[in-house]
Amino acid sequence: MAARVITITSGKGGVGKTTATANLGVALALSGQRVVAIDADIGLRNLDVVMGLENRIVYDIVDVAEGYCRLRQALIKDKRVSELYLLPAAQARDKTAVSPEDMIRLCNQLRNDFDFVLIDSPAGIEQGFRNAIAPADKTLIITTPEVAAVRDADRIIGLVEAEEKGPASLIINRLRPEMVRYGNMLTTEDVIEILAIDLIGIVPEDEAIVISTNKGVPIALDDKAPASIAFHNIARRLLGEEVPFMDIREMPNLIERFVRFVRQG
Amino acid sequence: MALASVDIKGTKNGLLVTLGEGELASLLAELEERLSGTASFFKGGQVALAVGQREVSVEKMGHIQALLAQHEVTLGTVISETPVTRAAAGHLGLETKRSFWPKPRPKWRAEEDFSEGALVRCTLHSGQIIRHPGHVVIIGDVNAGAEVVAGGDIVIWGRLRGTVHAGATGDDRTIVCALDLAPTQLRIGKYIARSPEGKPGHKAVPEVASVEEGKIIVKEWKSSR
Repeated sequence: MAARVITITSGKGGVGKTTATANLGVALALSGQRVVAIDADIGLRNLDVVMGLENRIVYDIVDVAEGYCRLRQALIKDKRVSELYLLPAAQARDKTAVSPEDMIRLCNQLRNDFDFVLIDSPAGIEQGFRNAIAPADKTLIITTPEVAAVRDADRIIGLVEAEEKGPASLIINRLRPEMVRYGNMLTTEDVIEILAIDLIGIVPEDEAIVISTNKGVPIALDDKAPASIAFHNIARRLLGEEVPFMDIREMPNLIERFVRFVRQG
Repeated sequence: MALASVDIKGTKNGLLVTLGEGELASLLAELEERLSGTASFFKGGQVALAVGQREVSVEKMGHIQALLAQHEVTLGTVISETPVTRAAAGHLGLETKRSFWPKPRPKWRAEEDFSEGALVRCTLHSGQIIRHPGHVVIIGDVNAGAEVVAGGDIVIWGRLRGTVHAGATGDDRTIVCALDLAPTQLRIGKYIARSPEGKPGHKAVPEVASVEEGKIIVKEWKSSR
């Protein structure tokens, strides 16, 4: 079966492209899929850091594109899950080191051996972004419920539409249940209304994410954290399963979780 | 409908002569006959010649050019789907094209050449711009960061959040209307207005903006007008 190439992009920086790529990679691999995560952020790589594979990089995507090594040699296997690989970005080069054609060629080489190729797009709409969406069969657009992030996501949707990549899907990241409850944050409905694309996942703000990205242990490896559950749900939806969206308003905040924990204790 | 073997029609971009199926020699004879029959009509004009997929040599092309020249018609452009033919035409210093019609535009662009109004059937996202010399009708939203510039009126069957400019060629009598009118900026002719600030929870009612006494005025849409 040929792999699906999925690009995760946002326009704005810092909304969670890399975290989402790492965690969807883990979640898909945990459900038995063969997955490669590609870091397309050449010059500012950090998918390797978030996945905790930084110290194992020997070759990178530019080495592959320029023919210094074979594709297989550059793939780093994540030992915590069965079939998850990382193709890291180069750190000492920039986005022009790889062309959209290189990306298409590279992904085509991967298609026969894997089920999913996830591409972590850089922020912006320049060549790095062009490289990242060139081979995509599907685009996941990630945004936080903030006006600036939503505006950038909207711009990206227009660009993806112009590339005729088919309909993009939306991930809303870092939604804060209590702020939504009190009407102090854009709601899921607000965001969808503006962007007018299909929702594929809502990821709640979760402090555990900060810890996990710092440690290089994707949260999706933890089966209890709310954010982990959210990423696993997105993975299941990518696999064609119908998974109801969790009601963010009913999600307990930290204090409530603590109280429950004590009561259970 | 079977195409006449030689088809001559006037278009907005000039006269177009299309050579259909059949022997080139007989087609040229027919063309000559048509030219002689209505000589005064063609005299001094310039035509574009469409030959379809037919391969025409430099010699033949020169022959056609001479034939047209006899009737004081200049051959301007050769439209051919075949590289050989285009090369032959190029050799004679003629302009060449693959198609007479402009390239198909993206779905949200209007067929400017054929209609007064443009109908756009999708949401315009940030960074997407529509420019059209006539009226523009949008079925969908115009998001913040998107822009619509029209020579005529702008009608939006959806929410307007972006920037619009009606009557961009200087017509102050044009209007802008939307189901929910909350643009970043709204221009009509030479006038500019912004939405009133700080009313996030405003009610969405259809409204119309127009220029009255040198100011842009927004009024609720009344079907009884």
